Amino acid sequence: MKNIVYIVLGTFLGIVLYKSEAASWFRIYEMFQFDSFHMYGIIGSALALGIVLVLCIKKFKIKSFSGEIISIPDKEKSFARYILGGTLFGLGWALAGACPGPIYILVGAGYWPIVIVLIGAVLGALVYGVVRGKLPH
Amino acid sequence: MSSNLETFCSIGGAGKFTDYFKVDVKSKRWNLLVVLGSMIGGFLGAHWLSPNPSVDISVKTVAKLQNLGFDSAGTAYLPTELFSMESLSDPKVWIILLVAGFLVGFGTRYAGGCTSGHAISGLSNLQRPSLIAVIGFFIGGLIMVHLLFPLIFTA
Repeated sequence: MKNIVYIVLGTFLGIVLYKSEAASWFRIYEMFQFDSFHMYGIIGSALALGIVLVLCIKKFKIKSFSGEIISIPDKEKSFARYILGGTLFGLGWALAGACPGPIYILVGAGYWPIVIVLIGAVLGALVYGVVRGKLPH
Repeated sequence: MSSNLETFCSIGGAGKFTDYFKVDVKSKRWNLLVVLGSMIGGFLGAHWLSPNPSVDISVKTVAKLQNLGFDSAGTAYLPTELFSMESLSDPKVWIILLVAGFLVGFGTRYAGGCTSGHAISGLSNLQRPSLIAVIGFFIGGLIMVHLLFPLIFTA
């Protein structure tokens, strides 16, 4: 039953990101050119709703569907890993025109060359796992 | 969404090389199901819910992209210059897509999250690390689009 919930939530995410055009390479380029409000509207409205929902989850001690109170762990404190990793991801996001979510969505949509991006992303995660001990965190 | 990339490494046996990938894949199952769902959503969005796939980007953006050789700007969902089967006859396109993917995978795992983990969830929880990461996303994106695109793409 829970499995179906995850699949349905994923499907909803996929349709929303595809139809809102957040999975379009063109919209990402346009965002980094500051030529349109489109992407800022999508991220901004998701963020506004997210802030309210997280506040409600904390204030009303809302439970997950497995019955425990939802607790969201704080992100580990650091500067180097976020700014360096973030910048590397930003370079890839702008070039591929897709972040991880849209990569999967575009595979489903049948844009086959995105599979090369997915293979590159898995390789990138693999290399990170191998060399992470040598990187500033 | 980006932590699934590590789960794929674990499933592929990367735990043999480094302990980092020795994880209980079962505990990541829920996230893989979200990925499966998002693929289904992408299929439905593209094949059943979008009679016209073209993306109505701004006129200014179309002009800039045409200068870079992207004639499909404004007429498609993804640029055919990079994401059509014909485009794959050019080895340069393979390299671009592979390098772009590598940066996405390496960068998101180094930063500990992508757009969903930092820009949406992390900022929703008012996390300073996520703000630093999102600033990084924009530093990288702006460098790529404004400084590197004119070197990579030519009309």
